Amino acid sequence: MGMKITGLLLMPAGWFIELAALVLLRNFSVQCAFSAAGIGVEILGLVLLARSHRGARRESE
Amino acid sequence: MTPLPPLSASDLPPAICLFALLLIPLAVAGLAFVNAGLSRSRSAAHTMMAALCVVGVAAVAYFITGFAWQGYPGLPSHTLVVYGKEWSWLGAGRYFLGGLPLEGSTVSLAALSQLLSVGLAAMIPLGAAGERWRLRACCLSTALLAGFTYPLFAHWVWGGGWLARLGASYGVGLGFLDVGGSATIQVVGGLTAMSLAWLLGPRRGKYNLEGMPAALPGHNIVLVLFGCILALVGWMGLNAAGAILFAGVLPGRVVLVGINTLLSAGAALLAALGITRLRFGKPDASLCANGWVSGLAASSAGCAFVPPAAALLIGLVVGALVTYTVAWLEAQWGLDDPAGAISVHAFGGIWGILAVGLFPRAAATAMAHTGIPPAVIPSGQMLAQIIGVATLVGFVLPLTYSLNWLLNRICPQRIPPEEERQGADLYELGAGAYPEFMTHTDEFTQW
Repeated sequence: MGMKITGLLLMPAGWFIELAALVLLRNFSVQCAFSAAGIGVEILGLVLLARSHRGARRESE
Repeated sequence: MTPLPPLSASDLPPAICLFALLLIPLAVAGLAFVNAGLSRSRSAAHTMMAALCVVGVAAVAYFITGFAWQGYPGLPSHTLVVYGKEWSWLGAGRYFLGGLPLEGSTVSLAALSQLLSVGLAAMIPLGAAGERWRLRACCLSTALLAGFTYPLFAHWVWGGGWLARLGASYGVGLGFLDVGGSATIQVVGGLTAMSLAWLLGPRRGKYNLEGMPAALPGHNIVLVLFGCILALVGWMGLNAAGAILFAGVLPGRVVLVGINTLLSAGAALLAALGITRLRFGKPDASLCANGWVSGLAASSAGCAFVPPAAALLIGLVVGALVTYTVAWLEAQWGLDDPAGAISVHAFGGIWGILAVGLFPRAAATAMAHTGIPPAVIPSGQMLAQIIGVATLVGFVLPLTYSLNWLLNRICPQRIPPEEERQGADLYELGAGAYPEFMTHTDEFTQW
């Protein structure tokens, strides 16, 4: 359950990094770097959510 | 009999648009056939019945709240001011299409287009949740998608929301571009499908005790391939209508839209065919069908901008991608997706969105009427597309997952295991799709 919630929270966290980069930064290359970081955090959240479901299924079997 | 007056030039765009819009139900029917054909015969009638329910519920839910919250550029909306820049986040129209003149204006055509498109988006989760999704839960989940999730994101992209205005507000390319709905229809539907596949769990017998997936082939591949052909016709209408209504391209560009849609689907099919031939010795018809539909899904985002050679490339890449992601999601992520909807619509749509960023100058040329100087466009278009994808994964997926999780707590979405063994047809409808074709295992074992 903890892994699932962490995954679900990491995805919006990555999105907020994207939005913060858009609003607060002016330099284009820095914006791109922060965007890449945001996407990385989102992918991490997605992987955690996927693993939590796979783990839960194995336990139920 | 008095002859009708000839059509004037000003009548032409609404006429083309209306014709294109009326083709969209063919895309919905195509997807319904694909879903039904890829499910097992014991759930075929349930799948088609659910498809019909989904279209009806989606239209009603969208009529009640959807268009009010989606809005259209120029209509009132709720805005936030962040660091001096306006962020339009939700439409502020009237419910039940109130106050909307339904007489052929651009706004009324947009409302009709969305009433039809939301059914297409809602059809996608049905492919991933097939054979184990209760009809009642399917209707409620569709109402959430069509009444809230879809209009919210569609406002950001097509309703003059903050994603569409990234270019004007922050100088990020032309803003997020999605002509025919790779993001708003395909990825939103695909991510909802992913949430449901996780929440419902796999079908009985899909995985063995070691977690290895088993093949559960669909019952009618002819139906699947017929659905693919129907989907092409519908998609041409979807992309053409989107290009005129949401990208503001000139009606003459519908020719390019049609060519690009067909080329993308054809190239995706060829890629899937070639790869499955190499991997398995013979072409796999269901993966080829998945490739075809993924080509359509990926074509939508940039169909009015990219040159035909680029559409071909987009199709080739997505066709190859889908043949691997279907197996990868099943084996690595434990996602049981009978119709391959997640790979086709979510992954295919995301690739289509990003591909627009690879051809920024084509987009700039097509959108010259927006008044943005072409010199500033190429630098930021990919960033705008990436922000759109990040919004889908970072906001839409958690939202749709949470809504469906909550719904699952209130109204269990999965058919009970024993009834699932008999098939959803018998449990939910009381009769099978093919009552005259009874299969008795002992007849086969004796031979």
